[in-house]
Amino acid sequence: MQINWADTSFLLAPEILLTVGALIVLVLDLLIEDDTSPVLPGFTLLALVSAFGAAAAHLVTGVDDVALFMFAADPLTHFFRLLGIGTALLVLLVSVNYVQARSKHTGEFYSLLLWVTLAVVLVAGAHDLILLYLAFEFLSITSYVLVGWLRDDARSNEGAMKYLLFGAISSALMLYGMSLLYGATGTTRLTEIAAFFTIPETQITGLYSIVVPALVFLLAGIGFKISLVPFHQWAPDAYEGAPTPVAAFLSVGSKSAGFAVLARVLLEAMPAFQEHWTSLLVVLSILTMTLGNLVALRQTNMKRLLAYSSIAQAGYILMGLAAYSAGATFPADGLSGVLIYLVAYLFTNVGVFIGAVIFEQATGSVAISDYAGLIRRSPWLAFTFVVFFLSLAGLPPTAGFVGKLAVFYATVAKGLYFLAIIGVLNSVVSVYYYFNVIRQMFFMPAPEGAERVRMPASMGLALAISFVGTLLIGFYPEPFLNLANMSRDFISALPLL
Amino acid sequence: MSSIPLNWYLIVAALLFCIGLFGALSRRSAIGILMGIELMLNAVNINLVAFWRYVEVDGLAGQMFAIVVITVAAAEAAVALALVRALYRSRDTVTVEEIDLLKW
Repeated sequence: MQINWADTSFLLAPEILLTVGALIVLVLDLLIEDDTSPVLPGFTLLALVSAFGAAAAHLVTGVDDVALFMFAADPLTHFFRLLGIGTALLVLLVSVNYVQARSKHTGEFYSLLLWVTLAVVLVAGAHDLILLYLAFEFLSITSYVLVGWLRDDARSNEGAMKYLLFGAISSALMLYGMSLLYGATGTTRLTEIAAFFTIPETQITGLYSIVVPALVFLLAGIGFKISLVPFHQWAPDAYEGAPTPVAAFLSVGSKSAGFAVLARVLLEAMPAFQEHWTSLLVVLSILTMTLGNLVALRQTNMKRLLAYSSIAQAGYILMGLAAYSAGATFPADGLSGVLIYLVAYLFTNVGVFIGAVIFEQATGSVAISDYAGLIRRSPWLAFTFVVFFLSLAGLPPTAGFVGKLAVFYATVAKGLYFLAIIGVLNSVVSVYYYFNVIRQMFFMPAPEGAERVRMPASMGLALAISFVGTLLIGFYPEPFLNLANMSRDFISALPLL
Repeated sequence: MSSIPLNWYLIVAALLFCIGLFGALSRRSAIGILMGIELMLNAVNINLVAFWRYVEVDGLAGQMFAIVVITVAAAEAAVALALVRALYRSRDTVTVEEIDLLKW
């Protein structure tokens, strides 16, 4: 096979930039004595910005829809590259002060942040079961280390341990599913698996006994990453134990990587079994949003509240995949609803975590009751929280409203009325606990002698970006709808490079 | 040469997988859980290599996959043991029931 190195390295430019950046950060960390030196975060920022630029260039030129050997550089990959790297950029901005205040070993943190971003990008583009598994484990292992990064903090250790044990079991389940799928088809390439299943109906039914268990095992492994309900127990513990910026990354970056894999495995490799996985996804989606919302009602810790809220959000996003229909026009196809929802969710959920980091940094607390009287201590922070919670609840004029509208529209168009009704009811329930936090901030008196909440400039910038993004998608969604419309084409029969 | 039918390999792998899963779910020590997970991964390897021998027409995907699984399992075990050690230093225990700072 002839490999054109120039073309290949252009296609993989974001991945190459992230890899080189992460390695250089590790070396710089050895060379620089001062742990608070701005060189490390500065260089990390440079690597992320250049990778983001390269990914955006691919999206704009759009000339490179090519399947490399195991990696697909298709519009879906471009989209998830932007999403993953964008999340990492926002997380980096809030991490700098946070990690410098907590540990001397900041270089490893920045390097791991680049690695975990690379893992998200690789997962999104993986086009072969082997690379899929490898990238998935890469993402998991870097996440375990990041969650346990506060080495002297018993909670951080415990969160990481639980995350690892759940993660390792579910990835073993996923792997068993992959081996069955490989056995049924004799290939690991997703498109070849799909081609194998285009055999007549009568022969396909003979494969049910092996493909349906494979499907269930695969859903268990991927469902763990997106914290679907029977596999969600790790999420609140890992989020609570993890450094808060890491929790923000897990809830958005790693979750969207999970959705990318789910979309690829189900839509690209197993369209022949759509009626099977649709019913599974409907059940998982209902369980996920209902349990996430109900347990969130009684949380008193901000990070755990956000963990359960992000479990519920995963349920809403899953509705879009359950409503997928290949032939449907743009907003009704389900997948584009998932993509719009993920962009909205990126700004909103990272934003609300950034708010929590700022508050934690200023007061040292993550208890919801300590948010009392925030409006007097920092009106701007309290106001942004209101916008983020409105968006999470799916109320206009915010990004979350646009995302929910797209997903619910696809669900109704597909005729899954029951699922849509459950989704709307759940959104109503979620308003209660989101507004409970807002009530604390606005109507409860601040404790005696409470100081103003100050935020470092970089954290303020990240907060402002998320805030503007959340409102921009709410007021002017067209460019984001276009982006989702452009990105829903995943590789089907593109030429091999 | 291939007088042993494919089913036998698959049955052994399925049994091994179930033993591993049972171990992972029932063990009280974090180390014991990790051992159960290793058994599950090895069951997958048996599956992969057996399928490679009997199903895949040409190519080495199955073997390659098995080697990747072994390598990743080693990397995962390294991180897992590092975390177990960190946990032991802060809590003096590796029994999962006693690791209960975080709940609900």
